[in-house]
Amino acid sequence: MAKGKETVSRTVIVALVLSVFFSVIVSTAAVLLKPYQVKNQNLNIKTNILAAADMLPNGASAQQIEDLFSRFEVKLVKLDSGEYVQPDYVGVQDPMKYDMYKAASNPKLSKDIPQDQDMAGIGRRPDVAKVYVLRDDSGALQKVVLPIHGYGLWSTLYGFVSLKGDANTIEGLGFYQQGETPGLGGEVDNPRWKAQWQGKVVYGNDMTQPEIRLVKGGVSENTKNKEHKVDALSGATLTSRGVQNLVNYWLGERGFAEYLKHLRNGEV
Amino acid sequence: MAGASAKQVLFEPIFSNNPIALQILGICSALAVTSSLSVTIVMCISVTAVTAFSSMAVSLIRAQIPGSIRIIVQMTIIASLVIVVDQLLKAFAYEISKQLSVFVGLIITNCIVMGRAEGFAMQNGPWLSFLDGVGNGLGYSVLLLFVGFWRELFGSGSLFGFTILTPVNEGGWYVTNGLLLLPPSAFFIIGLTIWALRTWKPDQVEEADYKLSRHKVKEAF
Repeated sequence: MAKGKETVSRTVIVALVLSVFFSVIVSTAAVLLKPYQVKNQNLNIKTNILAAADMLPNGASAQQIEDLFSRFEVKLVKLDSGEYVQPDYVGVQDPMKYDMYKAASNPKLSKDIPQDQDMAGIGRRPDVAKVYVLRDDSGALQKVVLPIHGYGLWSTLYGFVSLKGDANTIEGLGFYQQGETPGLGGEVDNPRWKAQWQGKVVYGNDMTQPEIRLVKGGVSENTKNKEHKVDALSGATLTSRGVQNLVNYWLGERGFAEYLKHLRNGEV
Repeated sequence: MAGASAKQVLFEPIFSNNPIALQILGICSALAVTSSLSVTIVMCISVTAVTAFSSMAVSLIRAQIPGSIRIIVQMTIIASLVIVVDQLLKAFAYEISKQLSVFVGLIITNCIVMGRAEGFAMQNGPWLSFLDGVGNGLGYSVLLLFVGFWRELFGSGSLFGFTILTPVNEGGWYVTNGLLLLPPSAFFIIGLTIWALRTWKPDQVEEADYKLSRHKVKEAF
């Protein structure tokens, strides 16, 4: 036995049997657990959208989240024209299945952003974005949730911004993925900081130029243009600048400004 | 090691032969996942499960493993188990698996797992190897939870996410210690823990590599 186990054929057989055995175990686990994982991922995205729209009750159950989310219409928007496109334009059946971040690396569905315009530091922008629209029974716009992302200090922040029915006032903002410094830039997740965004006004006179600014020293009653200003994160100048840039990029003319104009005029 | 009893293999690694404090293994994940306790505890359970089952599996087939490929065989077993654990976490503990991110996958490279497979399971029976895996997992867990306790308490003012010291950011009085949220702080805590442990159990103190000899020759006046 001891002698027999060191031969070449024996080594090959042990290696083969072992590989086959464990590949079966690993693939079984992956296949069996896939539906649960997909469900979790979808639920996670829906939770983040509801949180940005300020509609997430504390300790909501999965069923509650599904119910609340089902009130939203999921739409695909062509950013340049600001008009809706059918899902098959990007090659999917269900708009929920479209992944705009994956599309950003597909040359057919995205474009390079010229360096001087790339405030958000994202390199490429998908042509089509996925938005979530909430209308009341009469069809009047209540909320619209837009995906935003851009570079902070260490990481790309991914999140959502939600606008009220006037498509100009911010309802909420939140990031679901970020790798900023814990305790400093990581405070973008702090509920107290996020709460300040509510009621801020994106555009001034020019409806293509977002005027959101993150300012040092806080925003008080007497601050000039306080409706556009949010207190920056203390100790995180670069993360704050990143957030300011990415919000203004995505709400600007290369982002959703055109779409929001149509939305305001009731054209889409 | 051959005559080790079940009780010994299960409890010795907790204080007397702690994988982190005495063998100084598995430091990487001890730094990375200890900034909040709920994440730490999931990591501990994952590592304990992987160590226990991989040791048992290695021990079961130890008579069949050719010496020339034994490390690869152990790696295959460990890697497969880690993938299964990762898949399970993604399916049933999604939030925490997101926070653990890459560190679940990195259990594969955790020296404790390999160390127990090669150092213990190759010479001992499956049941004893399983217990040894559990014991070492517990030793790892005790130290990680200890580090995590201080880091979360003084770094974010909470334990398991429940606020204990209300931080200034949330309108309280406690100024959080940002250093404790960053990985290097775990080095200090682990170092201090090792110091405390070796003061309590002096037999763990390593012999000095060399001794300064007494100055004998008077060279200059």
